[in-house]
Amino acid sequence: MKTAIYYKTKRATVNLLIHLFLLTVAVTCIFPLLWMVSSSLKTQEQIFRDTSLIPREFHFENYYLAWKEGGFGRYFLNSIAYTVLVVIGIVVIASLAAYAFSRLRFPGRNILFVMFMAAMMIPIPGSFVPLYVLLNKLHLRDTSFGYILCMINVGLSTSIFLLKTFFDKMPKELEDAARIDGCSKLGIWWNVVLPLSGPVLAVVVVFNALNVWNEYVLALIIFDNKALMPLQVALMTFQGEFITRYPLLMAGLTITALPIIIAYLLMQKYIVKGVTQGAIVG
Amino acid sequence: MKLKDTLENYMFVLPATLIFGIFYVIPFIWVFQLGLYDWDGILPTKVFVGLANFQQIFFEDKIWWQSMRQVGYITLIALTFQNMLAFLLAWACDREIRMKNFYRVIFFIPPVLSEVVVGLVWQWILDGHYGLFNGWLVKLGFSNLARNWLSDPRTALTTVAIVHSWKGFGWGFLIFLAGLQTIPRELYEAAHVDGAGAWASVKNITLPLMIPVAVLVGILTVLGTMQAFVLIIAMTGGGPAYHTQVPVLRILGSMRGSSRFGYACAQGISFGVILVAISFIQYRFSKKSRV
Repeated sequence: MKTAIYYKTKRATVNLLIHLFLLTVAVTCIFPLLWMVSSSLKTQEQIFRDTSLIPREFHFENYYLAWKEGGFGRYFLNSIAYTVLVVIGIVVIASLAAYAFSRLRFPGRNILFVMFMAAMMIPIPGSFVPLYVLLNKLHLRDTSFGYILCMINVGLSTSIFLLKTFFDKMPKELEDAARIDGCSKLGIWWNVVLPLSGPVLAVVVVFNALNVWNEYVLALIIFDNKALMPLQVALMTFQGEFITRYPLLMAGLTITALPIIIAYLLMQKYIVKGVTQGAIVG
Repeated sequence: MKLKDTLENYMFVLPATLIFGIFYVIPFIWVFQLGLYDWDGILPTKVFVGLANFQQIFFEDKIWWQSMRQVGYITLIALTFQNMLAFLLAWACDREIRMKNFYRVIFFIPPVLSEVVVGLVWQWILDGHYGLFNGWLVKLGFSNLARNWLSDPRTALTTVAIVHSWKGFGWGFLIFLAGLQTIPRELYEAAHVDGAGAWASVKNITLPLMIPVAVLVGILTVLGTMQAFVLIIAMTGGGPAYHTQVPVLRILGSMRGSSRFGYACAQGISFGVILVAISFIQYRFSKKSRV
């Protein structure tokens, strides 16, 4: 006979199994990162023999060495600079364009918008080949400016799309009021529209920042000068040159991954929103 | 007055259009032009060769076709293993359970990391001599299974595919979860009242309603996986002996390794056409499944 206790036990067992499944996957998600941090705190000797997750001694000097000798300090600052500048560029340029596509009238508006959207949908694998040629011609290869412009272009279409969708739904009354008060179009964009776009700007900033920080192939083909390289390329170069210096490599990887993980944990609300929004769009 | 107004409006789209025109449209046109030339990327003279590059890709370049098969294999694993895992996790999270948010946050950590970081960390874990994974296998008594996972031709591709799935399942998980949460709870309650068991409501409510979401996740998975290559650079560099080569890696190799810019562009076009065709077919399919 099936009693209340039977159902209770059954539900508890099912719940336990579900948690077991979820926890196992969660552990496989985190463990490689813990192992990365753990390896970064061991000595060159220990790293090949000691398989304990928590090292006996914490060799924090690896981070100092990676930062100074490995040059990761410089690459870190490069990555920060590229990320900040590209994101500012995208926010300004994309929101200006999105505002025009949403509110202003001019001939060719729709064709232009469709072109931006088509760029979002049509993949050109290997577009880095002609881009390399172009940057050479413009004397922008091996310059930070060239890389920043390329990365702004990478994020432009999607950002314009997200912003325009948001602007389309925004009530026009405030803008009308500002216009009557004699506010210019640029003034409305800056004083009325942008301050009201907090949520969508957060999504645009977070996704583009992730994208720039994690970008590899354009930086690889654009930079020859080591002093200009961002972290991702520098990590591969370091790994190629010092193939066995695992503690320093792991410290470099931790330096690269940690800011992203912290930013993600702080902004995860916007990331979840962006993924689900983007999915509905696609 | 009217003209000034229109000009002013153009100023808003000018910066975006300039950058887009220079860094997207021009390279887009050049891909098609350069594909017809033999050029090392440095000399001022390019040799026009017509469709010879394409001829070589289709009839002579065995490694190109090998790389196509291999990316197909990785995509197949991503479509089945990775998406199945993503769906099961989303389904397990779509209920009143504790720590739901914790799981959701954790499962999306691999996708926010860079492919370089993921690739190098896993390369270290899977290292043939000092890797943790082999260490565990030996400890658990499976020392005959221990091997150099990434430089053994028999295991390299599958290993790469599984790490790719590890990095990617969080996307599918989030989209599936969002989809599951749109299913009205009343449907499940009604089914329960009618005496339907758990499996019956999954089969008759959850799965049919999730088909459009599954198609969407499928499209995103295919397009994403077919173009993946940085993870592979970080893990194997395409080796051992071309066993983990994928098309975009070949394009990069034609450009940087063999300095054949025209050939690299022709490879890009050939592959781009395939991608567009795939997404078109899937788009048609998704329209059908929505009816």
